[in-house]
Amino acid sequence: MKKKTMISIVITIIAIILAVYILFPFYLVFMNSFKTANGIVANPIAITGSRFSQWLTNLSNVINNSNFNFWYAFGTSMVITCVSLFLLALFGSMAAWVICRNKTKWSKAIYMIFIASMIIPFQVVMLPLISTFRDVGKFIGISMLQSVPGIVFAYCGFGGAMTVFILTGFIKNIPYELEEAANIDGCSPEGIFFRIIFPLLKPVITTVTILNGIWIWNDYLLPSLMLGQNGKVKTLPVAVQAFVGSYVKQWDLILTAALLNIIPMIIIFLFAQKQIMHGMVEGAIK
Amino acid sequence: MNNQDTVRNKVVSLSLLFIGICMMVWAVFLDFTNSAVSFRGPMLIVGVIVIMIGAYLYPTLKNHRKIVNVLFLFPLLFTFGVTVIIPLVLGVFYSLTNWDGIRFTEIIGFGNYAIMFKEPSFVWSIFITVLFVIFNMVLVNVVGFALALLCTSNLKGIGFFRAAYFLPNLIGGIVLGYIWQFIFNNVLTQVIFKFFGSQASILAKTNTAFIGIIVVYIWQYAGYIMLIYITGLTQVPKDVLEASQIDGANKIATLFKIKIPMIASTITICTFLTLTSAFKQFDVNMALTNGVGSVANFMGDYLTNGTQMLALNIYNTAISKNSYALGQAKAVLFFIILACVSLLQVSISSKKEVEM
Repeated sequence: MKKKTMISIVITIIAIILAVYILFPFYLVFMNSFKTANGIVANPIAITGSRFSQWLTNLSNVINNSNFNFWYAFGTSMVITCVSLFLLALFGSMAAWVICRNKTKWSKAIYMIFIASMIIPFQVVMLPLISTFRDVGKFIGISMLQSVPGIVFAYCGFGGAMTVFILTGFIKNIPYELEEAANIDGCSPEGIFFRIIFPLLKPVITTVTILNGIWIWNDYLLPSLMLGQNGKVKTLPVAVQAFVGSYVKQWDLILTAALLNIIPMIIIFLFAQKQIMHGMVEGAIK
Repeated sequence: MNNQDTVRNKVVSLSLLFIGICMMVWAVFLDFTNSAVSFRGPMLIVGVIVIMIGAYLYPTLKNHRKIVNVLFLFPLLFTFGVTVIIPLVLGVFYSLTNWDGIRFTEIIGFGNYAIMFKEPSFVWSIFITVLFVIFNMVLVNVVGFALALLCTSNLKGIGFFRAAYFLPNLIGGIVLGYIWQFIFNNVLTQVIFKFFGSQASILAKTNTAFIGIIVVYIWQYAGYIMLIYITGLTQVPKDVLEASQIDGANKIATLFKIKIPMIASTITICTFLTLTSAFKQFDVNMALTNGVGSVANFMGDYLTNGTQMLALNIYNTAISKNSYALGQAKAVLFFIILACVSLLQVSISSKKEVEM
């Protein structure tokens, strides 16, 4: 009995040490955002030197910085993420339902193309993507680069394959009898989808939304290429990159900017911890 | 539905189809005549939507399901085609030309591919990317598995530890890279100074900077791999574990003889997951070192891109050095390597399924 408690104490200590190591960078970001630039350089680890008033100064310095334009970047990121997630969930489940319930060689071929496309790395399409979008934009007379609709369009395209893949796996397990019964009762196909299937998809749409949401919110390469480093429209990661580039070594500002970037994610994680961890695993295993 | 209704619906539907087609044709016509009319874009889109509504309203019982199917598939397939398929085909083609990001003047065959292998900095990028992938595949899996074992033991406050270990995975690579740059350059240097008296940052030297990237990557990724291993470990049947206990197997024997063989498929998933994601690593690389680092003598050249992984090399070739065709050729090679790895994974996991 004694040996067992010893072991469990040792395990707990190891777990705590690891947790401290893993959380330490978060502590540093948080603590140092309360200090002046000199205070950070003098002693980046200790709590001494951190003052609440300095925190407010740092925050307002970052938020009101005309290069960073925090609220604008935050809003842009928010709009892009939310609209993309909504469209991906809607279009993705529509497409997945058709692919699943319509067993022709066409739907099979489309499904296979979606699956195969998941191995395509972004790097191989990114350069032609920009020129394609430039041409399409010129053709229809609406700028696809440097615009929010263009980015949302791109995310729908890139997220589509994975979304359809996860959703078809789920729809396959919904009994077909449900749809047959509704069909006999005179329900139209679009009615069957929106009234019966779509509400049943809630758990799997949560999974898809989490996976896509983390990706889109944090994505840097796609928006940086499409919007340009110094374009007018910026997402939060692009803004942070540009901001850091123009304030090298001003760690008080950089770390406060980092903090502002991290906070929304952490808040969402605190509220939806279980769903997020579950969703991440589900996405990987499938 | 009575006859009169059907006729009326048919008229509505056909007229909508007609209006939509007219709008599209007009918009395209305006485009080809280089007209500066600003509403041609919206008109094209509205035209497409009007056509879709018209098709939807068309009164036919037999083909209604087919029309709905097409309408449901269209949005995703269209965006997918424009963002993935067309650029992929164009990309492979451009890699064989002297494309400059906007247009090309001649097809030069495999010239770009020949050039890139003569470039010492690119060969170096391949070399360190492979090295990075191997290190990460082993280390992330070992650390992730160890964390998973820790989190499946009877530990108090397990929920907190799981969440804490997973947390870094939610933060974007760019922000992470800067945070760790701060840690390596400002925090760690002070600690090293106290104990060893030297004040060099580990990011200043190529070798140590490389280790730095690995540390950050493990820190970010191990928690995610841990979650997958936890799922695998909890699916090991309890009665098998009990049976082994009754047979007198100790903890270590249970781990190596029962748990690890039972989660072989999870190990395959995690191995390939770490492999592909480490191979594609870009954000942290860019924010942490931006690929800088000196290499004294590689293929007879002095290199300044000591920590530049493949993905960053592709990006810099195209965007910073403005050699789009060369960058695209590198990207195609990158794609081929990844495709081979994925095919290998599929063949391995399908073999395993047969065995089970």
